[in-house]
Amino acid sequence: MEILWILVKIIIVFAVVMLHVMYATYFERKVIGHMQVRMGPMRVGPHGILQPIADGLKLFFKEDIIPTVADKKVFYAAPLICLISALSAIAVLPFFEGFAIANINIGILYIFAMSSLASYGVVLAGWSSNSKYSFLGGLRSSAQVISYEIAMGLSLVGVMMMAGSLNLTDIVHAQMNSPFKVYLIPQIIGFFVFVVAMFAETNRTPFDLPEAESELVAGYCTEYSGMRFALFFMAEYIGMIVMSCLAVTCFLGGWSGPFEVPGIPFFWFLLKVYFFIFLYYWVRATLPRYRYDQLMALGWKVLIPLALFNIVLTGTIKSIFG
Amino acid sequence: MPENKSESKQTTVQHMAYEPYTVAMGPQHPATHGVLKLDLELDGETILECKPTVGFLHRGVEKLAENISYAQCLPLTDRLDYIAAMANNVAYSVAVETLLGIEVPLRAKYIRTMVMEMARLTGHLLWLATHALDIGAMTVFLYCFRERENLLDMFEEICGARLTTSYTCIGGVRQDVTGHFLESLHAFTDEFPSRIAEYETLIDKNRIWLQRTQGVGVVSAEDAVSLGLTGPTLRGSGVDYDVRKHMPYDAYPYVEFEVPIGSKGDVYDRYRCRMEEMHQSNSIIRQCIEALPPGPIRAEDAPDLVMPYGPQKVVEADATFSSGIIKLVEDRKRFIKGDVYVAAEVPKGELGFYFVSDGRGVPYRMHIRSPSYIHIGALPFLCKGQMVADVIAIIGSVDVVLGECDR
Amino acid sequence: MEPLEIAQKIRERFPDQVIQVEEHRGQVGVIVKKDRIVEMLRWLHDDPALQLNHLADLCGVDYLAKKDVRFEVVYNLYSIPLRHRIRIRAEVPEDDCRIDSVTSIWMGANWHERECYDLLGITFDGHPDLRRILLPEGWEGHPLRKDYPLDGGGKRWSGYEEVVEKSKRLRQHDFYGMYQDPTKKAGLEDARE
Repeated sequence: MEILWILVKIIIVFAVVMLHVMYATYFERKVIGHMQVRMGPMRVGPHGILQPIADGLKLFFKEDIIPTVADKKVFYAAPLICLISALSAIAVLPFFEGFAIANINIGILYIFAMSSLASYGVVLAGWSSNSKYSFLGGLRSSAQVISYEIAMGLSLVGVMMMAGSLNLTDIVHAQMNSPFKVYLIPQIIGFFVFVVAMFAETNRTPFDLPEAESELVAGYCTEYSGMRFALFFMAEYIGMIVMSCLAVTCFLGGWSGPFEVPGIPFFWFLLKVYFFIFLYYWVRATLPRYRYDQLMALGWKVLIPLALFNIVLTGTIKSIFG
Repeated sequence: MPENKSESKQTTVQHMAYEPYTVAMGPQHPATHGVLKLDLELDGETILECKPTVGFLHRGVEKLAENISYAQCLPLTDRLDYIAAMANNVAYSVAVETLLGIEVPLRAKYIRTMVMEMARLTGHLLWLATHALDIGAMTVFLYCFRERENLLDMFEEICGARLTTSYTCIGGVRQDVTGHFLESLHAFTDEFPSRIAEYETLIDKNRIWLQRTQGVGVVSAEDAVSLGLTGPTLRGSGVDYDVRKHMPYDAYPYVEFEVPIGSKGDVYDRYRCRMEEMHQSNSIIRQCIEALPPGPIRAEDAPDLVMPYGPQKVVEADATFSSGIIKLVEDRKRFIKGDVYVAAEVPKGELGFYFVSDGRGVPYRMHIRSPSYIHIGALPFLCKGQMVADVIAIIGSVDVVLGECDR
Repeated sequence: MEPLEIAQKIRERFPDQVIQVEEHRGQVGVIVKKDRIVEMLRWLHDDPALQLNHLADLCGVDYLAKKDVRFEVVYNLYSIPLRHRIRIRAEVPEDDCRIDSVTSIWMGANWHERECYDLLGITFDGHPDLRRILLPEGWEGHPLRKDYPLDGGGKRWSGYEEVVEKSKRLRQHDFYGMYQDPTKKAGLEDARE
């Protein structure tokens, strides 16, 4: 019975997340469109509301082109690794009180593990395509993800220290009992580091070097087309959603809000997540792209020292007042 | 034989270890601004060598020009720098007028100066749009196109074409400008400085933009002159050379403007030069509108092909389109032997025409000194030791158009 | 400095090299022999009273049946600091169709000279990388010569045939190409290579 309930939960969450991914692309195109004095999709349905469905159908029925010189097995596996690891990370996220598919006690660690796995997909895609641009993209991605993973992990140590747990539900509960109700204020340095690393981790502007379209054509997914390309695309958007959820859970108090919205327990959670997703789009429409060495310098010379400083600061304050 | 085998294997391994990674950037690549091919030799992400290949768009304009009359050559110049065709038209007309010794009426001079500066704006707007997009700031792209669209609409109003204008003719311009055109252009110039400020808020103080452009693709003043760079690309290195000031043509002696000069010669200075130039162009357009004198728009002795206007002229046998050309070819007393080199300042730099006339109505030799060609030739020098992402920034900053480069 | 004065100075400095001075519409061209062209241009570039540091244009002209010496290489020089210009026209005979390269003076002359070599067939001695530039490597003839017909003389570029062949071969990747193209098998083998 327990297993059945979990399966039902998985199906519900999967369906809801996929729907959000679909409409996250629509939302992005609309938001960026309006920021850029244009309308975004307008043709398919009223205000282009059916555009994601049309896109999905198109990508699904496209011819699947595999380069003759590609390493076929790896080429097939790479997008799946990306997608599966991105989807698996959702399992530990608490969407509202008592609702998480797997309420495990190492939630944060698990998410880190899964997002690191996703970078394997990118690296392998770059490698197996046997194309020079893909290869460069894959290399860039591996270097980027490794260095920003450290900054991201360290930025959350402060949160773990304050909450005393790695379980995401416990972190939310700890925040509710803290004086500010959110960890955003005491952990402002950690939050800053986390947000910057979050952009790098999901390969979004201004850190979209692995797929920098003006330099590397499309980076690691240059040789992918049709449904395989769509898998990468979905993985990227799920990654964005997961990172936004993690930020909300760790810094903005998860599902808690100033007042209860009756009947919709995930109202505040969703609102906060969409704020972060909007932030992603906003940044994309505004900022230029970093250069590879500058990106590395920022990660190693600014973010990691900042995160370490935050840990020391948190520890000191905790040992004095706690 | 096994010894040999192992030896050869070893050498290949060693060779592999030091082999640079070669990437063919282009001719189909989003950031090479046309069919430019760059063979990059990389050490990691650092450029060891950059070898440009051009000629994919070579149409033999110079050979074609030797077989058609001066008036017929004019549409060919539209296809050089197709982003700012108006400027090429003016440059060509000025060159032919110098060769033939035609004095253009003042009103035509003002109109030509005005449209040339409009062309400079269209060129610089497209440059800013693509340059920013290459570096990753995609919103500037659409903002720039909004203004460029206004200018192209105005081109359409005065000559019926948006890109391939062929608006000028030898000895003047084809059509007079209307009051409505001048009004809308004046309204545009009122608004445009605030639009430039809008682009600047997005990129000018952006830390990422500064990091990506400052100290990248540096070229010293001496090297820049030696490389033959012209236009804003040269002025970014601090060399005060602008054909509009050095060899004034059309109404440039009568308008006031400054030539912005950079100092460091990096991508950022070239970018600043062009941004300041847009302000100056805007001011020149305003001055031209305000000072536009009345009068004829074509020199009386202009040996251009005459378009039939009224119906009474169409029925005349010698007033058709083709006879106009014949008239031009046979009008021999005007064409004397000699050669001239005349340059004009187009958005990309110095566009020069070298004509050799043998006394016929067709150019004996027409050589086009296209700035883009020289600028691409300078890319190996500029790119050496930079990173892959910088190559994109440098291509953007020297501002090349392949139609002009390949001719 | 007035262009005619510059021409006079050149005549004084290189009396045996200057053949003629021509003026047209206020622009002065000095027709010179090609033998000491690099020395002359270096002097023009370096002399403090001239400082012709900007090579505005370099091109070749074919005077087939118009002049005794068939080719001319034209250097349009301009002085950015002193604001004067001069044109040097070096005569290059058809039977000895070569001239010294000026890339040692102006780095930018590199591509100008390659273009001149490509389109007119004038060889530049001492050029670091004298290859065709606008036309493909295998092109026959030099199109800007006056005896080169406008339509190319009915000849096709050899590379064109290769392109046609290749496009036929690649047709196997069309949607129905696998079933229609009889050269399917050969094409597949090539693609694997």
